[in-house]
Amino acid sequence: MECVFGMVGKGFALVVADTSAVNSILVHKSNEDKIMVLDQHKLMGASGEAGDRAQFTEYIQKNVSLYQFRNGIPLTTSAAANFMRNELATALRKNPYQVNIVLAGYEKETGPSLYFIDYIATLHKVDKAAFGYGSYFALSMMDRHYHPDMTVDEAIKLADQCIEEIRSRLVVAPQNFIIKIVDQDGAREHSWRRTTKE
Amino acid sequence: MKLDFSGLESSAPLYGGNDNLLSDGFSDAPSFDLPVTSDFDGFQKNSIQMVKPAKGTTTLAFIFKDGVMVAADSRASMGGYISSQSVKKIIEINPYMLGTMAGGAADCQFWHRNLGIKCRLHELANKRRISVTGASKLLANILYSYRGMGLSVGTMIAGWDEKGPGLYYVDSEGGRLKGTKFSVGSGSPYAYGVLDSGYNYDMSIDEAAELARRAIYHATFRDGASGGVASVYHVGPTGWTKLSGDDVGELHYSYYPVEPAVVEHEMTEAVTA
Repeated sequence: MECVFGMVGKGFALVVADTSAVNSILVHKSNEDKIMVLDQHKLMGASGEAGDRAQFTEYIQKNVSLYQFRNGIPLTTSAAANFMRNELATALRKNPYQVNIVLAGYEKETGPSLYFIDYIATLHKVDKAAFGYGSYFALSMMDRHYHPDMTVDEAIKLADQCIEEIRSRLVVAPQNFIIKIVDQDGAREHSWRRTTKE
Repeated sequence: MKLDFSGLESSAPLYGGNDNLLSDGFSDAPSFDLPVTSDFDGFQKNSIQMVKPAKGTTTLAFIFKDGVMVAADSRASMGGYISSQSVKKIIEINPYMLGTMAGGAADCQFWHRNLGIKCRLHELANKRRISVTGASKLLANILYSYRGMGLSVGTMIAGWDEKGPGLYYVDSEGGRLKGTKFSVGSGSPYAYGVLDSGYNYDMSIDEAAELARRAIYHATFRDGASGGVASVYHVGPTGWTKLSGDDVGELHYSYYPVEPAVVEHEMTEAVTA
């Protein structure tokens, strides 16, 4: 029942993810950070199979860092998205990674961008994206209330509405959520939405 | 568990190529047919079996102000047969790190021993002890590379390094979680209940040991695959020490002593006229 969703606003992009680590009926912990900070201006929210999520996202992060060390400039968001897709596609017919990713990034030249990357290596550049059972509620909420060039406050309000909808309508809704934002000042944690402490 | 999504079905597929268009996109979770008529008992038994954690054991560990408390039962079962009541489920990786065993005994013992070797090699190569983070990552990477090949390991790595107490959960699916409180095994839901309600970061070592012992006892009471001896270990700044190993049967009678039954009316010999 993992939920990851994101949207693009005016000069920023937002990624929201639940923070539960679940095994069958047991919740092992409710404060697992699933939104990885790829580099200064990129966020990667990932959901999926336990080992795959951590291993794949760390592999991508290290390779993105390596590119920056080797070439002196960071990858663009588009390049990082395509690199990720390629890795997923190469592994798909042998040893597929069961991970769904929402990639958000900011560049001075092109502004904020959001990419939807499926576990079967689908890649779309989008304004809003969502994965998991929560997507059934978040996508329609976002379709209804989203408009281009939202301010941070409007986007956070929309994210809160999506979280509330997930909480009230999904049968086994995750307890806590984390919101991270990326804009010209960099990628950082914005806030948590908690119902339980741990 | 298959949720009933019939109300949500639409004609056009959202994600191309999936059989069950309403699944998360992943292979379906283990499922079973909902019963139509009789055999409700069979259905109930199957549903409980399906969600119950598979590894027949109870192990737990938690961090508190004085370090890490690690506890486990000692029963090994093969289906309905209890093959041993005296299995060592807390494995001593090195003098300041412990691992717990849940799942396949051979897998856990071998890979923990292997981890101990790698930790020692790290010490010799780098002239400093390996951190708990590093040790758990080594184990997680090894288990990840064997994913899908049938290893069954659900372990917790507990230790004390330069950053203080550390606790990680690592399993054979490749998952690795950092946390302050974990329980693994078929008895873990029962242990979590007792652990969560009694936990306090500022407990003393004795209180924490008693909490750990009690949680294992309650899990062995309700879970058939857990039993034997409840061992409790403590990991402090100077390494680990074994605190106690109590038979859970004896613990039961110490927690719930037998009250002499109140006899209302004693049977006596019939009075002969």
